[in-house]
Amino acid sequence: MGIELFEYDYLLRSVLAAILGSITAGIAGTYIVSRRLVFLSGGITHASFGGIGLGYFLGLNPVIGAALFGMASAAGIEYLSGRQEVKEDSAIGFLWAFGMALGIIFIYLTPGYTPDLMSYLFGSILTITNSDLIALAILSVVLIIFFLFYYRTILYISFDEGFARTFSRRVTFFKYLLIVLVSLVIVMNIRIAGVVLVLSLLTIPPNIAILFTGSYYKMIIVSVVIGLVGTLMGLAASWYLDIPTGATVIFTLVLLWVLSRIIVNIGRKNRRRRLLLNQ
Amino acid sequence: MTHLFEVSDVSASYNGNLVLEKVSFKVREKDFVGIIGPNGGGKTTLLKVILGLIKPVKGKVVFNKDVLDYSNIGYLPQVSESDITFPVSVRDVVLSGLMHKKGVAARMTRRDFKIADEVIEKLGIMKLRNARLSEMSGGELQRVYLGRALVASPKLLLLDEPGNFVDSSFEQNFYDMLKEVNNIITILMVSHDVGTISAYVKSFACVNKSLHYHDSEKITNEQLKGYGCPIQLIAHGDVPHTVLKNH
Repeated sequence: MGIELFEYDYLLRSVLAAILGSITAGIAGTYIVSRRLVFLSGGITHASFGGIGLGYFLGLNPVIGAALFGMASAAGIEYLSGRQEVKEDSAIGFLWAFGMALGIIFIYLTPGYTPDLMSYLFGSILTITNSDLIALAILSVVLIIFFLFYYRTILYISFDEGFARTFSRRVTFFKYLLIVLVSLVIVMNIRIAGVVLVLSLLTIPPNIAILFTGSYYKMIIVSVVIGLVGTLMGLAASWYLDIPTGATVIFTLVLLWVLSRIIVNIGRKNRRRRLLLNQ
Repeated sequence: MTHLFEVSDVSASYNGNLVLEKVSFKVREKDFVGIIGPNGGGKTTLLKVILGLIKPVKGKVVFNKDVLDYSNIGYLPQVSESDITFPVSVRDVVLSGLMHKKGVAARMTRRDFKIADEVIEKLGIMKLRNARLSEMSGGELQRVYLGRALVASPKLLLLDEPGNFVDSSFEQNFYDMLKEVNNIITILMVSHDVGTISAYVKSFACVNKSLHYHDSEKITNEQLKGYGCPIQLIAHGDVPHTVLKNH
């Protein structure tokens, strides 16, 4: 009975996806925002579209193709940026377009109709499957354990890589591991917000969180909570207004960001006024 | 006199260029060595070789194993790669100095926090403990990084141009602090400001691809020329061309 409910209630599934998506996006998002890897993550996102196309072409699950492309491009960019032969932003730009081009070619070559292509481009939280949820759940657990266990190392590599190298010879290994995890988070969240919108799912919550806290782990927690609030509000709004979910979620998050900025600015002004009055 | 470590016939390259050639010198315990030399002369590379961050193409650095290993070297890099808008507290930055001893899966204990707070207190930045880095001045930040280098009670302190970001009002204070630290810790300090540091260091090492160790805090322009160390001295005191202790 319970299983049946889980299987048929797509609303329950989307709420679960929202929770797990927010956890993964909050953790990975804090990492990429604080290390300024947002553009790089954009490259990974779009490169993974090539994998989606390949998945369709080979008749595999597109998510698997996307995950392979995402991880490979993540490792590739990290490798290229470690050497100074190629400008990193140019490399990302190439990969960005190349992945999209590959995806389009593969999908064009795939015989027949590709019905849910739009859901990969713009997301479709309502059509999320149980296996998507299981993958998201495993990823959440891996991320939480990894970040709990190596919190200090991740924090210090992000803050000052040069110094981190003085205490660990495994900095490069950690960077690879982290960017591969980020790519998996992006790919799994493509189901929720789509290739075009997924990056905001990772970047907006940490950018709201950093307005309120100057600590890394609090930023992660606040990002997860804000992501969850934004996703659930967006989900509800899209349900009642009958508009696309992914876009509504992103719209809601941007709204939350604007609101937070206003609140923080008013708070600052008031503090200044109080300070002036006290003098 | 025991030596803390010895650099033996080291040649090292940076970005494909040979910047150190056949460098040999010994550093005795509690020495305070001012490392001087022209830009690109290999000063920073020398520190990185000692730290094990750059592998020499030839030669080696030998530690006196009874006293020194990688985990008790404190390091203050020249240009910190750190991003001051990063969400990290002063205390967390200082605590990162303990990572070598604690390993990658480090858990900071209450005792570690106490140690960090003691260092922060000693450096006079206790009231900034919870400030964001972006709200601090260059001198305050430099103290935070010095705290990071000192928190693990190192036996050796490597400082790369620590005076660069320090405002002049704090400069003397900063060097006095180093002098006190030097009572128990050996210091190697890269600096371009020979005049100022000569009041604090005990010896000089001139690095310009090769290295000349000069076991005195007094050094003259002529000696520098002889060492192949083309830097300009600004004379302090009455004796021209000679840098003396402040008197």
